[in-house]
Amino acid sequence: MAVLLKLSELAVGASATIREFPKTGPAFVRLREMGLLAGTPVTLVRTAPMGDPIEIKLRGYHLTLRKSEAEHVLVESAS
Amino acid sequence: MALPPHISAGPAGGSSRTPVYALVGNPNCGKSTLFNALTGLKQKVGNYPGVTVEKKVGTAYSQHGQPMTVIDLPGAYSLAARSPDEAVTRDVLLGRRSDTAQPDRILCIVDATNLERNLYLVHQILDLGRPVILVVNMMDLAAQAGLSLRLSQLENQLGIPVIPCEAANGRGIIELRLAMSRPDLPLSRHAWAVPAPIAPAIAEIQASLISHDHKGPLIARAEALLLLTDQDSVRVAGSTPLHPRTAEILRTWEKRWNDEGTDWAGSLVNSRYDAIGRLAAEVVLQSGTSGPTTSDKIDAVATHPLWGWLVLGAVMLLLFLSIFTLAEYPMNWIDAHVAALANAVKGAMAPGDLRDLITDGAIAGVGGVIIFLPQILILFFFIGLLESTGYMARAAFIMDRLMSRVGLNGKSFIPLLSSYACAIPGIMATRTIEDSKDRLVTILVAPLMSCSARLPVYLLMIAALVPGDRVPLLTKVGIMLLMYALGTVGAFGFAWLFKRTLLKGAPPLMIMELPPYRLPRLRDVALHMIERAWIFLRRAGTVILGISIVLWFLTAYPKAPADATPAQQLAQSFAGRAGHLLEPAIKPLGFDWQIGIGLITSFAAREVFVSTMGVVFNTESSDKDTTPLRKAMLAARWPDGRMLFTPLTCITLMIFYVFAMQCMSTIAVVKRETNGWKWPIFQTAYMTGTAWILSLVVYQAGRGLGF
Repeated sequence: MAVLLKLSELAVGASATIREFPKTGPAFVRLREMGLLAGTPVTLVRTAPMGDPIEIKLRGYHLTLRKSEAEHVLVESAS
Repeated sequence: MALPPHISAGPAGGSSRTPVYALVGNPNCGKSTLFNALTGLKQKVGNYPGVTVEKKVGTAYSQHGQPMTVIDLPGAYSLAARSPDEAVTRDVLLGRRSDTAQPDRILCIVDATNLERNLYLVHQILDLGRPVILVVNMMDLAAQAGLSLRLSQLENQLGIPVIPCEAANGRGIIELRLAMSRPDLPLSRHAWAVPAPIAPAIAEIQASLISHDHKGPLIARAEALLLLTDQDSVRVAGSTPLHPRTAEILRTWEKRWNDEGTDWAGSLVNSRYDAIGRLAAEVVLQSGTSGPTTSDKIDAVATHPLWGWLVLGAVMLLLFLSIFTLAEYPMNWIDAHVAALANAVKGAMAPGDLRDLITDGAIAGVGGVIIFLPQILILFFFIGLLESTGYMARAAFIMDRLMSRVGLNGKSFIPLLSSYACAIPGIMATRTIEDSKDRLVTILVAPLMSCSARLPVYLLMIAALVPGDRVPLLTKVGIMLLMYALGTVGAFGFAWLFKRTLLKGAPPLMIMELPPYRLPRLRDVALHMIERAWIFLRRAGTVILGISIVLWFLTAYPKAPADATPAQQLAQSFAGRAGHLLEPAIKPLGFDWQIGIGLITSFAAREVFVSTMGVVFNTESSDKDTTPLRKAMLAARWPDGRMLFTPLTCITLMIFYVFAMQCMSTIAVVKRETNGWKWPIFQTAYMTGTAWILSLVVYQAGRGLGF
């Protein structure tokens, strides 16, 4: 069984696959509509100069979200 | 199968009515460029009644020269709206707005470099049961990124016309026009599987929408699907509410699913993306591995922990330098021409009240505002440039952490920063903030940022403050910076306060796309700038003209004897009397009735304070050289012989100007952007109240300390 970690804890440059996602909350419906779904591969591109928000790459585009949302999304590291 | 009535009887069926197309797409996919390319300058920009969302309607011509109406709907990622912009797009497409007829046909534009996510919105739109044309924009950029798109495959799968396009250089527009001219357009034959657990709910909601909300069957199904994703939906004015019966069915299902633990919204999104994934797998071919793109390389610097700040600082410095240097020439030109016009009128008309009303009231008043137009235009241009290149999103990304300390998000940064030059473009730029409470808070605090109209007042006060003819540069800059800092701290302090009390809401989200950097399209930026400036002139113009005339009347009546000096005339005018009336309220701040007159006339624009003081103290001085005025001010005394403009009074007056709301143009713009008088009145009251209290504290404390 692979270890799941929070999306907010992913290292810069690391790739992972989304595994678990909160069911409720408008933020999470919108994140899914932006294509962030269980099974979607993502790469953490960078964090903002002050550490928050984070920039991820998914489905060929770049998206930012705050760590306060990202810590509810669990990912499986690609390595 | 029989066609639903809205299609068989629609304009596609040969009616003579002008067909109405809605143009929809994600933000940053080139929608405005396509709209400009289709309609040229034949556009009308207005507002959807009751909401501050821009309504753009233009006319395009078919291949036979028949006019076709195109409505440019606000950019949206999904029809499950999260912002007023998206809510308007959703409501127009669903026919929920009485002010905008439901469009006959829909033009969907997608970004070829980012097809999968863009197709999500298209997927929702195909459900609406209207004829759709799909425009795949930025084909050139997709090719550069090593993507090859088999659009015939997409056309085949969806069963609708798919037009490759490069809107920025006009490629594909003719083909699109041809497709739009077709009398018949096919409906999509794309089918996708609704998750089984929620299918019965969709059927039930659809039935209720048909029977209670009087919707057509296809659109009812689309709306039923949307209602299930649209949790915590954004409702805006002008949108027809759901029938209570339908709303109740919806609530019942949601409660049941909540109890069962069914993830209804999520499974709907998943099913759509499953269908889109299958489409994309057939259509998009990635050839070769892609190295870092140009955007990646720019971002390595532009959002770097150290260089990012330097780039941001440099961009802002450039912005302010160009505002203050470039704007100077047209401002002088306007100044000279307004004066020349006033003189010409003076020469052409017989002396009298009407002449004075026109020259000293209307021309001088309106001239005093349009002198800021060059600055406003340059700011609009820069904001447009930052938006269209993609840097705006980076600035928001970098500043988000700081802005979150006061409960806002990074998108409030540019509007607040622009307000250092002029609050008007700043306030108009808040439309990019999705959350309406965040937007309102930003509007409320923006005028606290010291704008350029306060500069002449600060400069005059600093000159009066420091003895000697030459003010040491360091003192000047130091005091100036202090005032800017005071305004900035005030703005953030009040933002923090409002977000905690009056406009309490969930902490804002920062779910934002970072679009690839793109070369700006100067034509679109210029068009946008002119549009904005025109809106400002048209909406604020009447208010400014009205208040200018009132202010003139207050200073010109009642008339003093014919041999009176301008100072004597002003002293006994309504404004002078108001100054006297005001004196008990402002005396504790160290201001007398003469300063009071200046505070009143400042409403035209804050810098008018300087010219009013010139009249009050009967000196001839220009904006450039205030030495005579400074001397006259230093000679001014209270009736008991105390000096009027003591250093403490000068400091207090500057503090008053930092906080007080004394700008009728800003008030007019806030009224427009908040849809009513409630917020501009509140804003004027809280700002001027704060100014009074702080000035009182500073003056009385200063007196107590012996200054």
